[in-house]
Amino acid sequence: MRRPGGCLINEADTEMNEQVLPPRAGAGLKAAHYDAVINEHPDVGWFEVHAENYMGAGGPAHHYLDRLRRDYPLSIHGVGLSIGSDSALDPVHLERLKKVVDRYEPEMFSEHLAWSSHGGVFFNDLLPLPYNAETAARVCGHIDQVQDKLGRRMLLENPSTYVRFESSTMSESVFLKEVAERTGCGLLLDVNNVFVSATNHDYSALDYLETFPLRHVYEIHLGGHAGDRDEDDRDLLIDAHDRAVAGEVWELYRHTIERAGSLPTLIEWDNNLPDWPVLFSQVCEAERMLADLRRGERHAVAG
Amino acid sequence: MPSLAELQDGFARALRDPGSPLPNGLRDAAPGGSSRRFDVYRNNMVVSLVEALGSTFPAVQRLVGEEYFSAAARAYVQEAPPDSPVLLYYGRTFGDFLDALPSASGVPYLGDVARLEWARIKALHAADAEPASIEALAGVNEARLESITFTLQSGLSVIRSHWPVVSLWNACMNRETSEEVDMSTPEAAVVVRPALKVGVHVPPPGGAEFLAALREGATLGAAAGRAMDSDESFDLAGLLRFVFETGAVTAVHSPEEQAQP
Repeated sequence: MRRPGGCLINEADTEMNEQVLPPRAGAGLKAAHYDAVINEHPDVGWFEVHAENYMGAGGPAHHYLDRLRRDYPLSIHGVGLSIGSDSALDPVHLERLKKVVDRYEPEMFSEHLAWSSHGGVFFNDLLPLPYNAETAARVCGHIDQVQDKLGRRMLLENPSTYVRFESSTMSESVFLKEVAERTGCGLLLDVNNVFVSATNHDYSALDYLETFPLRHVYEIHLGGHAGDRDEDDRDLLIDAHDRAVAGEVWELYRHTIERAGSLPTLIEWDNNLPDWPVLFSQVCEAERMLADLRRGERHAVAG
Repeated sequence: MPSLAELQDGFARALRDPGSPLPNGLRDAAPGGSSRRFDVYRNNMVVSLVEALGSTFPAVQRLVGEEYFSAAARAYVQEAPPDSPVLLYYGRTFGDFLDALPSASGVPYLGDVARLEWARIKALHAADAEPASIEALAGVNEARLESITFTLQSGLSVIRSHWPVVSLWNACMNRETSEEVDMSTPEAAVVVRPALKVGVHVPPPGGAEFLAALREGATLGAAAGRAMDSDESFDLAGLLRFVFETGAVTAVHSPEEQAQP
């Protein structure tokens, strides 16, 4: 089994039966774009949907996804599992997730290094957690449970964060590396999140990527962020997914794929949704960068 | 150092209450000081849930305006935050919340319009089932017609109202805000999805009771009796046409069939 980037993955990974996404650019699929995508049948490498939007029993959401599933590779991205919670995973939600994954048999399933439910309340946000031995054990236990339940490998995504914790004893990249190694899960590298968190906490995004375990990465996310300032007039970026990908994030993306190789790359646009052609042009931009990279690789081989 | 459980308790409490101090254990905030960064989380939660309510309740939003809606939705998010990550169904109790909101007492039909909008969401995501045709009745022995029962679409709702709830909803959705809705004519609403689109219908006289009885498993005879009691102008043939034409019926069961499973 090969990872999209081209190198062999380790033996433990091959025990989990899975397909992979093509190393191309994909788009987050929203209900507002169903008609455009069905009518225009755009040349998009794959689509990603939020699992929770397909947890109803029937209706148009399933109708359209069934139809698109026949023509495109699919990634299912969970936003509500609360893997970073101290409390146990919600067995009802895990069951719902299994139903969606079994129904669509996506090439990939991913979730977040975050928590979103506590004490019976769902906060509809990806909340941060400290990175230490206690939280690593908790996260690994939850990931083992998800992978057992779904019978497949999942990817874990690095979050955008706005605060940090005194009880953190390791960096996010080291934490993610440890979780990937202990559970066999893959990683989803959100390059916009890297940029947002690095800016918010005043460290270098390039340094972060330098220590990031790229060999565990199977998918990349790119999205737009909003800019604000805090009380001390320091930059405060917000992972809003409401606009085009920023120039600095494209640069960081180019740097990432130069190091990691071609990887399935998603354009996420969840709020202030534009017409389909605007989102599609962002997908094409990522596709161009992937093609540039492949051309460069060929020249390198030829030279 | 706080345990993860303690830390998440404190974080969650501070998220729910904007006036509360920041949770313990944050590295970037000076004690009692800066909250702008933590406020991003408070804001994300409220704004995203208010938006979710806005997309489920567009007619309510048009009736009261964006500003009032946003304030009411914020209050609802505080009082009744989601208990599930499946936000498709968030807002089931929003109509009841609006009924009890003193500042909305001047818009007494708001709760009914909200219940209609939530019923649309329920129908939208309900299990798919092929509607039965009225031809299904043709095969039933006339003597047994009274004893047949129906299976209805699982996502079907019947909403009774003192107000012209369907006309109000229609006016909002078609942005006919200037249109005069005759407020003296109450309407019931039947909300049902036969295929991809949700239908919102005003049933003929007695229709709300008729459908409610059928859904409880009453025989056609008993359901017709309940409809007759509620409205003497009821017309059985017209009601049957209505329930089949709206795609509300998915199966017809005759007593023979029930006797021989």
